[in-house]
Amino acid sequence: MTTDHPAQAAPGPASGLVLPQYERPAGVHPPLDSPDYGSTGLRHPKEPLVLLPHLLTEVTGPVLGDGRVTKDDADLTQWDGGEALGQRIVVRGRVLDSDGRAVPDTLVEIWQANAGGRYRHLRDQWPAPLDPHFNGVGRVVTDSLGRYEFTTIKPGAYPWKNHHNAWRPAHIHFSLFGRAFTQRLVTQMYFEDDPLFFQDPIFNSIPDEKARQGLVSRFDYEATQPEWALAFSWDIVLRGSGATYFETEDVDADDE
Amino acid sequence: MPTTSDGRPGLTASQTVGPYLAIGLTWEHGEEAVDPGTPGAVTVSGTLYDGEGVPIPDGMVEIWQAHPDGRFHHPDDPRGVAEAPPGFRGFARAQTVDGGRWSVLTLVPGAVPGPDGTTQAPHLDVSVFARGLLDRVVTRVYFPEHAGVAGPGGHAEDRVLAAVPEHRRHTLVAQQVDGGYRFDIRLQGENETVFFDI
Repeated sequence: MTTDHPAQAAPGPASGLVLPQYERPAGVHPPLDSPDYGSTGLRHPKEPLVLLPHLLTEVTGPVLGDGRVTKDDADLTQWDGGEALGQRIVVRGRVLDSDGRAVPDTLVEIWQANAGGRYRHLRDQWPAPLDPHFNGVGRVVTDSLGRYEFTTIKPGAYPWKNHHNAWRPAHIHFSLFGRAFTQRLVTQMYFEDDPLFFQDPIFNSIPDEKARQGLVSRFDYEATQPEWALAFSWDIVLRGSGATYFETEDVDADDE
Repeated sequence: MPTTSDGRPGLTASQTVGPYLAIGLTWEHGEEAVDPGTPGAVTVSGTLYDGEGVPIPDGMVEIWQAHPDGRFHHPDDPRGVAEAPPGFRGFARAQTVDGGRWSVLTLVPGAVPGPDGTTQAPHLDVSVFARGLLDRVVTRVYFPEHAGVAGPGGHAEDRVLAAVPEHRRHTLVAQQVDGGYRFDIRLQGENETVFFDI
């Protein structure tokens, strides 16, 4: 590696070290200041963000996996000696990057409300029942092709106080690490044709229609397990390589 | 899965972690980037505040950092995958509790190579999640003992710090306290913490 490698001109690589660079999403993530979602009001930074180049700390990340996860963590329908109530479903898909490459061996964490729309949490006190056999937490590590699969029950919708008669569409929370600090993502998966989308400021905070639809899982009849569970498929796309960075590469690209 | 105009898979958008993150993101000993009792272990703790200075009791802070020698246990470090010191993971997550307090246990990282032959001062990369944050916000913790160091490893040579307006840099430097460091995070308002576009 030479110091005049074109990568040095990019705003990321450490000196003498060629580092992967990640794309910087524009118009995909919701603006932190989204007035329709009231809680953003006092919680969004008002000062401009400072550009952070993708240096060593940003292109690395924790290697998390098997130590945190047991086989049972993929099945949310059995808890405390019994079976959860509700529509049993399989939720499955792939974790990819935006270059289309699988992200293997990465931790996927989920949590959700029960079939009645109630979370097992001290601060969720709306009058829907808790399910003694549902705690709403799951974990898996993606396989070598980036695939993940959970068995769970379909979460219910629930009310909240953001605006008059506000209801959250049914959703499952997802947390992903990818392979680098830069790829860290926390999001929510929704279900097709939810009649509550129109009034949900969290779903609608995503400005781009396509990106919004990217959070909606697809009913997957092929993956349905006969006489056992319905199935929904949802692929998750983390940041891939920074296209701009690679466009600047020329004859020295072979150095990599 | 939507695709972009050039046929690439479209990125999955972020959503808030919501108020019930404790259900899914609680790990036993999750706040320990290093095992308790490890020589050199320090606490980095602080309070997460909103724009009115009210503590946020339902957020989460995650840290990621280099080993004390500035290396990483990671295949994308071109210097090679470095074995971590015993009991050290480099990653921790801590939920904020009543009073907005969070706390992690770790080792002070080493300096890390930066752009153009410079060296980055020792730092933690930090993600903050909370209800009301539709995407994580990212900041860095620097350490006060490196502020006055001239040359490699000092704050003056750090290009990331240099890109921050001078009057705001202090928000990225922890304060020394008994047993470690204090690093308060202000999402908005007076002395708003510097957050990065990553």
